Amino acid sequence: METTKLPPSSPSSPTTSFSVPSAEKVDGFPRRSMRRARQRRSHSSSQFRYQSSQVELTPLPLLKDAPVAELHDLFCKKLQQCCVLFDFLDCVADLKGKEIKRAALNELVESVATSRGVLIEPLYPEAIKMISVNIFRTLPPSENPEFDPEEDEPTLEASWPHLQLVYEFFLRFLESPDFQPSMAKRYVDQKFVLQLLELFDSEDPREREYLKTILHRVYGKLLGLRAYIRKQINNIFLRFIYETEHFNGVAELLEILGSIINGFALPLKSEHKQFLVRVLIPLHTAKSLSIFHAQLAYCVVQFMEKDATVTEYIIRGLLKYWPKTCTQKEVMFLGEIEEILDVIEPSQFMRIQEPLFKQIAACISSPHFQVAERALYFWNNEYILSLIEENCQVILPLVFATLYRVSKEHWNQTIVSLIYNVLKTFMEMNSKLFDDLTASYKVEKQKELKRERERAELWRGLEEYQERRMQMLTEAARNQRNLQERGERGDTLNPSSPQTAHSDQPEPKPSGASSGAGESAT
Amino acid sequence: MAGADGDDSLYPIAVLIDELRNEDVQLRLNSIKKLSTIALALGVERTRTELLPFLTDTIYDEDEVLLALAEQLGNFTMLVGGPEYVHCLLPPLESLATVEETVVRDKAVESLRKISQEHSPVDLEVHFEPLVKRLASGDWFTSRTSACGLFSVCYPRVSSTVKAEIRQHFRTLCSDDTPMVRRAAASKLGEFAKVLELEYVKSDIISLFTALASDEQDSVRLLAVEACVSIATLLPQEDLETLVMPTLRQAAEDKSWRVRYMVADKFSELQKAVGPEITKNDLVPAFQNLLKDCEAEVRAAAANKVKEFCENLPEDNREQIIMTHILPCVKELVSDTNQHVKSALASVIMGLSTILGKDNTIEHLLPLFLAQLKDECPEVRLNIISNLDCVNEVIGIRQLSQSLLPAIVELAEDAKWRVRLAIIEYMPLLAGQLGVEFFDEKLNTLCMAWLIDHVYAIREAATCNLMKLVEKFGAEWAQNTIVPKVLGMANDPNYLHRMTTLFCINALSKACGQEITTKQMLPVVLKMSNDQVANVRFNVAKSLQKIGPILDSNALQTEVKPVLEKLASDTDMDVKYFAQEAISVPPSHSSLFTPLAAVILEPQSPQRTTTFSPSVRWKVLAADGATSC
Repeated sequence: METTKLPPSSPSSPTTSFSVPSAEKVDGFPRRSMRRARQRRSHSSSQFRYQSSQVELTPLPLLKDAPVAELHDLFCKKLQQCCVLFDFLDCVADLKGKEIKRAALNELVESVATSRGVLIEPLYPEAIKMISVNIFRTLPPSENPEFDPEEDEPTLEASWPHLQLVYEFFLRFLESPDFQPSMAKRYVDQKFVLQLLELFDSEDPREREYLKTILHRVYGKLLGLRAYIRKQINNIFLRFIYETEHFNGVAELLEILGSIINGFALPLKSEHKQFLVRVLIPLHTAKSLSIFHAQLAYCVVQFMEKDATVTEYIIRGLLKYWPKTCTQKEVMFLGEIEEILDVIEPSQFMRIQEPLFKQIAACISSPHFQVAERALYFWNNEYILSLIEENCQVILPLVFATLYRVSKEHWNQTIVSLIYNVLKTFMEMNSKLFDDLTASYKVEKQKELKRERERAELWRGLEEYQERRMQMLTEAARNQRNLQERGERGDTLNPSSPQTAHSDQPEPKPSGASSGAGESAT
Repeated sequence: MAGADGDDSLYPIAVLIDELRNEDVQLRLNSIKKLSTIALALGVERTRTELLPFLTDTIYDEDEVLLALAEQLGNFTMLVGGPEYVHCLLPPLESLATVEETVVRDKAVESLRKISQEHSPVDLEVHFEPLVKRLASGDWFTSRTSACGLFSVCYPRVSSTVKAEIRQHFRTLCSDDTPMVRRAAASKLGEFAKVLELEYVKSDIISLFTALASDEQDSVRLLAVEACVSIATLLPQEDLETLVMPTLRQAAEDKSWRVRYMVADKFSELQKAVGPEITKNDLVPAFQNLLKDCEAEVRAAAANKVKEFCENLPEDNREQIIMTHILPCVKELVSDTNQHVKSALASVIMGLSTILGKDNTIEHLLPLFLAQLKDECPEVRLNIISNLDCVNEVIGIRQLSQSLLPAIVELAEDAKWRVRLAIIEYMPLLAGQLGVEFFDEKLNTLCMAWLIDHVYAIREAATCNLMKLVEKFGAEWAQNTIVPKVLGMANDPNYLHRMTTLFCINALSKACGQEITTKQMLPVVLKMSNDQVANVRFNVAKSLQKIGPILDSNALQTEVKPVLEKLASDTDMDVKYFAQEAISVPPSHSSLFTPLAAVILEPQSPQRTTTFSPSVRWKVLAADGATSC
């Protein structure tokens, strides 16, 4: 059984802080985006579809004034009251009702957070129902079909004033010292979790932030759901990678996974290795990698720190998906490689140094100076430098030709001087090898050219051969046709010869060798 | 037979395999793309025994290489020795059908489907069907996804026991654990239903369809809507109500807008599949709801279908249904808050007039057209204008012309050049429908103004527009109204406008005829050969080449030739080039230049043209007062 290390208040998070959005953040949304949102979405939203008749809310007595005997009953009534949904796109509609609900939600949050003994069993289904009714909805279509999370402002959730309090209540509910997982698991079931996960696609970062903390708590407290949650996250990622390329909550889910991976028991289960190889590594192919790269790299490094034997899978995977045209992503990949090399075990390093340094050499010769620069910075890293030094015999021959050539050709002076430094380092490491390589550089170049010529020669030969074959076959087909025609005219010697049996065969296609036609002709 | 495999020894497999294994991905990719050449060199026998095992076992590669391989293998039947050996291709394709990358997998499935047709029924059962089974029960979702696409190709050609197994496998995949597989199964459900016997459609497919249509994931449910079309087509009318309609009704009111969108998007197909009776009772109210949906995406998809839906209504009470049920919704959409909805509607609404006839159009539709012509969104107005021909047939365009004009003028001056471009393209049509007087009075100035637009694409389209107008209204009209203005621009201080004159002449000369071209246009062109800007001069050369065929030989000899000869010795190399081009390649009949060309011209490489653009760019920068406009 694996364990998940769950720090009491916040999960270990690699990059961003895990705090619940502060009050200013909630109130102070940029006015421009609000105005835009209202303008564009002035119709209504899926959330309010099934609200046929609006119930008039009447304020209930305050929880804190209620006698102990009636407290639970009142709590329950407030939960039911909060199940009524309001149209926030029409910002002036039913202001009174909205205010009553807001006050009730505030009270519920307050009560769950501060007083003990409130959460008794009968309240669980009511609380979960209230949460479900409010948060589960089909997310509306994105306002901007080409929404670019890096450039565009997200569409903020209009009903956030209520939604935030519902999320807050859910979080307090999960964190309450009275919270009993054994009771909750009856209501927070697989279906509930699935819907919760779908909400991670919300464009509103505030909502995703809450969801992240909440899912983390659910994972921590409801052990029976763990495998299911991991599987569904996998499905979301696979759909994102191979089907839609669109999901707003990848970074948040990865952040949770970072802390889940941290808690994996050793030796790693094959399920977890499969997750690494088939989900995490392919996530690197995503177009929007930059949005979640930090979290992804963190997860990858976590895996390596758990179990060094996965290093080879990781590096080979990254090399397989190495960006071909996007230099921005290439720089990210190089950054991730450096993070990996920082913690790599020397024995693992030796297993992958060859393909890895071929790629690094390719990066050094990139015409984009940021790529070349990022790769050359590896030589400033003490640990990496020590690994290179230990394996100088292997690595130097791999990169030498590139370094030598690029030092003479690169347009960017910074790159040229960085390369000189690297060459100098190598010279100091192993001057004998360095001299040998310098001496044989020209010869190697010649050999390469020769191989090139031989390859061209081979293909030329093959193509000529193909041409001859084709000619032969067309000729064969023509002969056959002639024979047939003669047969049809009736002046053939042997009308039942096999040639006529082929009469319904199509002429051989130019791309393939039809053995049937060939035989009958020769 | 003799020579066929005779060259084998020339190409040891090791050399070829080295090529397929080359370190450089690009080279590897090139080799894979020429796999058929390699196979041909090896001959069919060695392709089967050496090449294919190598491909099956050792190719673990970049997706791009795998994609090329998957594609190649689909065309390999002849290279392995024809249909009797085609099953040799299955092992490599099987492993390609299990890779992660969707593009590769799909290509492998496509190739498998292709070669399945080349299998004999026996081979299909011995080799192909077991492969499908293996894929269908694979561990990882990718192989199961691929299996979904293969059932329908082998089902019709296997024995009934195997058929039963195939049905069972499909059933299992429809309730697969991973949504990816369920999606694949749902998307193939319609295709599979088509090859099944009717009894199994009723017993098996319907229950699968119902289950998929109420899946927990909306991405699965919406695919079931697509299948609904095929299934409904297969079933006899009397079964539709009980077997299909409950599910379809539920889909039309699904809580996810994506599913409702799919219903709206497939509405015409659904309508045809379920027939007139169900359409009347069920689909009309469903369509009304979709037109009133709370998500703009759904409304827009439904609005797009308004015309088609109305057209396909049963004729006996079509008009009544439209007037009482559809039109009220349409009226609301005209003032929708979302511009995509309005513009979707505007692109089809005019089509209703032919269905409803003259009186209804004037009474009910005309106000809507007019409202949309005044819409704030240019796309809406444009869509109305672009469909004017439908209304023209029914009520004549005059009814609209009062409102049309302001709309056109506004679009003509829209800040977005694409909008201006779109309206220009409708000018000839409008001119034809509105008549020459209306045009001269109201639209002519617009057409001329476009000639000096600051976007080249607009000037170009305006030129083309003039040509079409002349074709419509005749040479005399051209001479009186547009030619003087066009020629006047030859003296414009802006060289771009001067060039526009030349472009217009190129376009108009043919429609205007020899008289106008020789008397009015030619002198202007010739005069422009002295322009300071080289771009103008070489366009003079091009223009002369273009209008040459229209001129008589006297003008060619005495006027055109000397000018071209002068230009051919211009200081600018591009001017020279085009002048020589005009002399050497005289269009069709003007034979007089041929001897001349033989004298002057050095053999001119045709690639020259590609080299001219950089120098032209430079020239424009260096040119006199030429503003960048």
